[in-house]
Amino acid sequence: MNDLIPVSLRVNGVRYDIAIRPWRTLLEVLRETLGMTGTKRSCGEGQCGTCTVLIDGKAVNSCLYLAVEAQGKEISTIEGPPEGDPALEQIQRSFVAKGAVQCGFCTPGMVVATRSLLSEIAEPSEDEIREALVGHLCRCTGYVQIVEAIQDAASQLAHKGGD
Amino acid sequence: MMNRDSQREFQVLGKPTPKKDAPQKAAGRAEFADDISMPGMLHGKLLRSPHPHARIVAIDASLALALPGVRAVITGRDFPGVRYGNLPQTRDYLPLAIDTVRYIGEEVAAVAAVDEDTAEEALDLIRVEYEVLPAVFDPEEAMKQGAPQLHGQSPGNVSAHTESHFGDVEAAFAQADYVREDVFETQPVKQGMLEPHACVGLWDGFGKATLWSCKMSPYAVWRQLAMGLDIKPGDIRVVQTYVGGGFSGGKQEAMPMDFCALMLSKKTGRPVKLVHTMEEVLIIGHMRHPMKIWLRTGTTKDGRILAQHVKLLANGGAYSSIGGFSIFLAGAMINLPYRVPNMKFEADRVYTNNGFCGALRGHTVVQMCFARDSQLEKIAEDLAIDPLEIRRRNAIQDGDVTANGFRINTFAFDECITRVAEMSGWYNKKGKLPKYRGIGFGCGAHLSGARLMGHSASTAEMRMLEDGTVHLTTGSTDVGQGVETVMSMIAAEVLGVTVDDVHYLKVDSAATPLDPGTFGSRVTLFTGNAVKQAAEDICRQLAEVAGERMGVDPRDLMFFRHEIINRKDEKQRCSLKEIVRWGMFQQGRIFSGRGSYGYSEEKIDFRTGHGNLSPAYNPTACAVEVEVDPETGRVTVVGLWGADDSGTPLNPLAVKGQVIGAAVMSIGHALYENLIRVDGKVMNPSLRDYKMPQATDLPKLADFKHSNVITWEPEGPFGAKEAGQGAGTGVIAALANAVYDATGVRLTSLPMTPEHILFGMKRLQAQNRGQ
Ligand code: FES
Ligand code: FES
Repeated sequence: MNDLIPVSLRVNGVRYDIAIRPWRTLLEVLRETLGMTGTKRSCGEGQCGTCTVLIDGKAVNSCLYLAVEAQGKEISTIEGPPEGDPALEQIQRSFVAKGAVQCGFCTPGMVVATRSLLSEIAEPSEDEIREALVGHLCRCTGYVQIVEAIQDAASQLAHKGGD
Repeated sequence: MMNRDSQREFQVLGKPTPKKDAPQKAAGRAEFADDISMPGMLHGKLLRSPHPHARIVAIDASLALALPGVRAVITGRDFPGVRYGNLPQTRDYLPLAIDTVRYIGEEVAAVAAVDEDTAEEALDLIRVEYEVLPAVFDPEEAMKQGAPQLHGQSPGNVSAHTESHFGDVEAAFAQADYVREDVFETQPVKQGMLEPHACVGLWDGFGKATLWSCKMSPYAVWRQLAMGLDIKPGDIRVVQTYVGGGFSGGKQEAMPMDFCALMLSKKTGRPVKLVHTMEEVLIIGHMRHPMKIWLRTGTTKDGRILAQHVKLLANGGAYSSIGGFSIFLAGAMINLPYRVPNMKFEADRVYTNNGFCGALRGHTVVQMCFARDSQLEKIAEDLAIDPLEIRRRNAIQDGDVTANGFRINTFAFDECITRVAEMSGWYNKKGKLPKYRGIGFGCGAHLSGARLMGHSASTAEMRMLEDGTVHLTTGSTDVGQGVETVMSMIAAEVLGVTVDDVHYLKVDSAATPLDPGTFGSRVTLFTGNAVKQAAEDICRQLAEVAGERMGVDPRDLMFFRHEIINRKDEKQRCSLKEIVRWGMFQQGRIFSGRGSYGYSEEKIDFRTGHGNLSPAYNPTACAVEVEVDPETGRVTVVGLWGADDSGTPLNPLAVKGQVIGAAVMSIGHALYENLIRVDGKVMNPSLRDYKMPQATDLPKLADFKHSNVITWEPEGPFGAKEAGQGAGTGVIAALANAVYDATGVRLTSLPMTPEHILFGMKRLQAQNRGQ
C-alpha cells in the first residue's frame, strides 16, 4: 500500500527496517509487524500499563507512542536482549517466587516498569514502589505480592550489585 | 486408607509453590488469544446498536462489502435463529440480533477484513434502519403495567423470580424483642479483567469449527456454540488459551464475537480473529447485578437473630445470562455465616434496556453480605452489644444444618472473628480512634462450588509417560488463580513425584475430559477430588506391576520421592521410572488414571430452595480501618485484616494471592467502581473513568494482613476449601461500618463516593446545629 513509510527501529538491541503506516503505535508495530507479542494490549489509551516498554530506559505506554517517534531510540521490551539482561531476569524470578503473577496479563508491563524503577532507584521504599505502579493496573493480585516481588528483586540485585 | 494425620504430612502440598506458568508469563512468552496469528488470518469487528430498544427494519451492507479489503459481512440472518443461554429456562441470547435490539451496544452485524482498520472502516458503511421503540431502564418502572416489554415470554419484564421460606418468619417476628428494616442499594460493577475478550475462529471446509479463546469454562462455550450454530457439539472444538483474568462474565459464555469469528470464517474460508477494545468490554453486558435489597431482621434483646425477611430486586439488563441462578444464590446465602432459624426470601430479576448482568467474583453473595453486615452493626449499636459479640452469638458452628438444608462440616467462623480482632487491634481501636478515623467489621461466607441442575461433575485424566512424569488433563482452566499448580500438586502428592513432573494441559474439547469449568469456587474441591482419584487410579495400576516385580502385596506399597516402597519393609523399594518402563515396554501397559467428583447423590430443590448446595462452606471475617478527609469526603483505607477458613490451604502462596485479590476488588466495589448509565448509555466506558483500585489505594503492607484458620474439610481434597471469593464478601460492609465509625455517616448505597460521604457529614452537622 502506498501509505507505508520506511522506519528503522532498534528493539532489544536489534535493528529492524520495516515499512508501516505513519499513524501506527509502537504497540501495534511491536505486536503485529514484529510479532513481539510479549507486550500486551488492554485499554489502548494509557490507563493500564500492560503495554509498557522502555524507551532509552524510561517506561512509556507503547499504546500512546507512535512508532515513528521511536526511531533513533533504544526500545526495550519484556522479551529482553538476545544476550540476556540479568536485572530483568532477576525481576522475573522475583515475580515468580513471590506469587506476583496470577493471570499474567499485567505482568510484562509490571516487570518492565520495575526494570525502569530499579535502574533509577536501586532500593525503593514501599511508597516509591507503589507510586511507580500508578498507571499499572492489576485486577488479580491486589498488588501486595507485586510490591513484595519488587522489594525482593531490589534486594537481590543490590546484593549482587557489588560484583 | 491412611489416617487423617498422616495425610497432613504432605510431600508437596501445603508449601508455598510458585505458579507453574508464571515464568512464561513473566517473560512475555505466554500466548494469549490476541497473540495468536495464523496464515491468511482476517480481522473481525462488530457493529453495535446505538439504541437501547429498537426494531431492526433493514440492514444494507453493500457499501461495506464494496470496500477494498473487506471479505465478509454477516448479520443475525446468517445464523439459524436458535436462542442459546446458560439455563434451559432462560435461553434468550442470539449470536447477532435478528429483529430487535434491547440495549446500547448489542451486536447487530460483523465484518471480516484484511486488517482491523479496514474492518473498522467497513462498520461505518453498514446502513441499519431502526424503528426506535420505547425503552425502560429502571426495574421498578419495568415491572409497571404499560411498561415497554423486552421479551414476549416474560410478562412484567420479570426475567426470573425466586422465593423461599423456611421456618415461620411471621411467628418469629411476632416473638422478636427487636425488629428493624433497611433498604440497601448496589451498583453495576464490571469484572475488570485486563485482557479484553478475544478469539480466533476457524471453520474448515469439512464441517469442523474450531474456536481458540480465553474461556474460563470452555465446555459451557462449546455447548452454547453448538446451540446457537445449530450444529453437533462434536463438530465444534474449543481450545482454551491463557486467560488474562476472568472473574466470570463473557469468558464464561459463548459471546457474539465467538459466533461471528466462526461464521465469518465459514464465509471466507480463513481464520478470523476478533478482539474487543476496552471500550467494548465496558459497554457490553456482563457485570454484577445492581440490586435493591429490603432486609427485615428480628432478634432477641441479646441480639440473637430470630428471623430475616429479604425482598430483592435485581436490575438484570436486557438478557438473562445466569441471572436465574444469581438471585437464587443470593437467597440461599442468607443462611451463612449466621444462624437464621426462620427466613423468607422473595426476589425478582427484571429485564431493562441496559447491558445485561450476571456473575462476577463473589456473584450475588457480595451484595447480600454488604446489606446484612451493615444492618447487623446497626442492630448491635441499638442493642448496645459489641459488634464482634453479636456476630459470635449468631455464628454458625461446625456440624450445623441451616434452615435451608446446608450441611456444614467445617466452619471456623468464631476463630476467624477472634483472629481479626487480634490482628487489627480491634479492642484498642473501636471507639478510641481520633476523629475521622474509624474501624469497621464485616463478615461473609462462600461455597466451594455449587451443585447445579445441569452439569456438575468434574473429571480428570492422567497419563504416565515413560520418563515417570505425567500428563494431567481436566476441564478446569487456570484463570490466574493457580489451577495448573494446585492440580499438579495434588497429583504429585499422590504419585510421590514433584510438581514439575506433572504437565498440566490446557482445555481442548477435542482432548480433555468434560467438565463444567471454572466458576463458583468449585475447582479446588471438585476438580481437585477428581485429580486425586485419577492419581490414585494410576498408583493402583503401578502398584500392581511393582507388587508383581517385587513380590509384595500391592496394597502395601507407597509412593514417595520417585520411589515405590514397601510400607512393611522400607528397604524393599524400586524406582518409579523402572516400574513405569517395565510395565510399558515389557507388558504393553498404558498407565492412565481417571477420576471424577460429582457430589450429586442428593438433589437441590430449586423451587423451594432446600438442599445442600455445596460440599463445603467457608466463613470469612475482616476489619477495615479508614481515614476520611473531612474536606473532600475521600476515604483512605489505612488497614485491612482478614481471616478465612479455607480448610487446609494446599498452596499457601496462591491462597494468599486469592484472598488479597478478592479483598482489594471489594475495596473498589465499595468505594469507587460504578458503571454509570444514563438512559442505557454507559457514560464511563474507559479505564480512566471506570476507576479500579491502584497500588496506592491499599493499606501499607504492614497493615494489610491475612490469616488462614486451618481446618480439615472432609469433603475437600486433602482438607481444602475455596479461597478465591469468600475473602471479598465481608469487606464492603466492613468499609461501610468503618466509614460510619469515622464520620457518623451510614451509607446504604454503593459506591460510597466522597460526595455521598461529604453530603452525609454536612447533613449530620446541620442536624446537630438544629438540636
Ligand atoms: S494498553 Fe497501553 S496503557 Fe493500557
Ligand atoms: S495478574 Fe492478572 S491482571 Fe495482574
